[in-house]
Amino acid sequence: MIQVFREHRSLRIAGLMGPGAFWLVVFFLIPLLIMAVISFMSRDQFGFPAPPFTLGNYWDVVKDIRFNPSISFVGGLNIRLFDGLYLELFWRSIWLSLVSTIITLLIAFPVALFMSRLPRGYRSLTLFLVMIPFWTNFLVRTYALQFMLRGNGPINTLLRALGLEPIDLLFTPAAVMIGLVYGNLPFMILPLYTSLEKFDWTMIEAANDLGANTLQAFRRVMLPLVSPGLVAGSILTFVPAVGSYITVELMGGGRTNMIGYTIAQQFSASVNWPFGSALSLLMMIIVTIAAVLYFRSGRGEQRTVL
Amino acid sequence: MASDSTIILLGERGEIKPKPRGETRRFSLGRFALVTITLFTFAFLYVPIAVLIVFSFNSARTGATWQSFTLQWYERVFSNARILESAANSLIVAVLSTLGAVVIGTLMAMAMERYRFRGKGVWDGLLYLPVIVPEIVMGISLLIFFAAVNISRGLLTLVISHIAFCMPFVYLTMRARLADFDRSVEEAAQDLGANEWVTFRRITLPLLMPGIISSALLAFTLSLDDFVISFFVTGVGSQTLPVYIWGQIRRGITPEINAISALMLVLSIFLVIAAQFIQRRQRT
Repeated sequence: MIQVFREHRSLRIAGLMGPGAFWLVVFFLIPLLIMAVISFMSRDQFGFPAPPFTLGNYWDVVKDIRFNPSISFVGGLNIRLFDGLYLELFWRSIWLSLVSTIITLLIAFPVALFMSRLPRGYRSLTLFLVMIPFWTNFLVRTYALQFMLRGNGPINTLLRALGLEPIDLLFTPAAVMIGLVYGNLPFMILPLYTSLEKFDWTMIEAANDLGANTLQAFRRVMLPLVSPGLVAGSILTFVPAVGSYITVELMGGGRTNMIGYTIAQQFSASVNWPFGSALSLLMMIIVTIAAVLYFRSGRGEQRTVL
Repeated sequence: MASDSTIILLGERGEIKPKPRGETRRFSLGRFALVTITLFTFAFLYVPIAVLIVFSFNSARTGATWQSFTLQWYERVFSNARILESAANSLIVAVLSTLGAVVIGTLMAMAMERYRFRGKGVWDGLLYLPVIVPEIVMGISLLIFFAAVNISRGLLTLVISHIAFCMPFVYLTMRARLADFDRSVEEAAQDLGANEWVTFRRITLPLLMPGIISSALLAFTLSLDDFVISFFVTGVGSQTLPVYIWGQIRRGITPEINAISALMLVLSIFLVIAAQFIQRRQRT
């Protein structure tokens, strides 16, 4: 047996690739394909997939889209061209995820920058402090945040004790946003730090000596070199945000609906597997396009940062 | 206070090179901003966790007023059969899926790093997909799959699914390690008469061990942490701990959950220390 493997290169490759390839195809690819097929099926009386094949599920997503330009000033300037239940749902999910990713990035970058410039001992200490939330259960962390913000939680108890108005933040879009930033911060800081730690600061000095100001040096020298970390961190933040379920439920109370939450409902509360599959497929396409575009935009070798 | 800690944390100079010209003022302002943002961020990350731990010792059942110190919630955790059972399930699933994911992920990384073959590019792309497919999609697609092939949901489906989402992370970690691997050591062993199997057992495997252990820790944590995918592929009586916690949180305020959370946090700290320790040893 071993003799055979030794002599045939292709057999050896098959032996090494085989188990992983099998797992990837059978338990990842095929389920996605089945999901794609089901998204074109009708539902039976219990909400499970049944023949005949139809485009109805996709039609349900787009059928109520109307051209209906409007401007409102509720919660800032709101300009809308189209109306539609699911259009709005997708738009809200992408928008909240995008904004939360940008906020996370704006917080994480200075933190990672500061960490990377610390002396060695302090650097490992701060790295350790980022690793703990990174490795701590996401559900537990989100629960901790919810606990803080509850109506009779520690923050409001403190505010009342000080004679101040309690804040009613939980179950609002703002709470979802805070939850997303809180949950994803470690996933942004860590890849950024990995890139920044390798950054050679004499390059900035060189840029300065060649007449670049701080902003130019940052944009033209630093940004391209730390872009692998930037890309990795942003994807690790954006993708889970679009599909987020825990945060929407615990921080938003299900009131600020997002696409991942709606999908989950099609498979639990209001059973409709074909429609849920259609929504999943659409979400996956959007996320993949966003990720690919983003990967393309940051040039250089991305594989080095996980 | 913040400017004091600037000096403490950075030292008079730290590793920041002294600026020759009259730029000190502007830079110390920037440094002050960095310190402030960093301190606030760490506070933001840690205060909720710390508060939760403190309140896990609070005897009040509801609300956030401190009554008195108690260990009763911890006692309840350890005497609750459902909690212990879900914790055991979580551990079983984590151990088995870590083993599975590490073995097949490492083998795949070896094939991809060391051989050229047809279709390699396709696999390269495929192995990235699980990283960018939202876990909710993975969860429901597996739910549909197990329903389609008529496998009843339970520990088996949990292990299968956990291997599926942990494996790509093991693969990516091991591939990076293998890229740095010095193959001349293997050649030397073979020149000295070792066959391929002996070379693998005595040279390759021991040298890869630190990478294998850290990817195993990663897979173990990913598995223990997972809620969304487990939620969809779990069956009656095979609940994992996060799935149990989820059910309790949705039902209302239960101080036991604070205690479990505190315990899980301690476990994470332990795992991080273990990972750091391994990396440290590897460097020396």
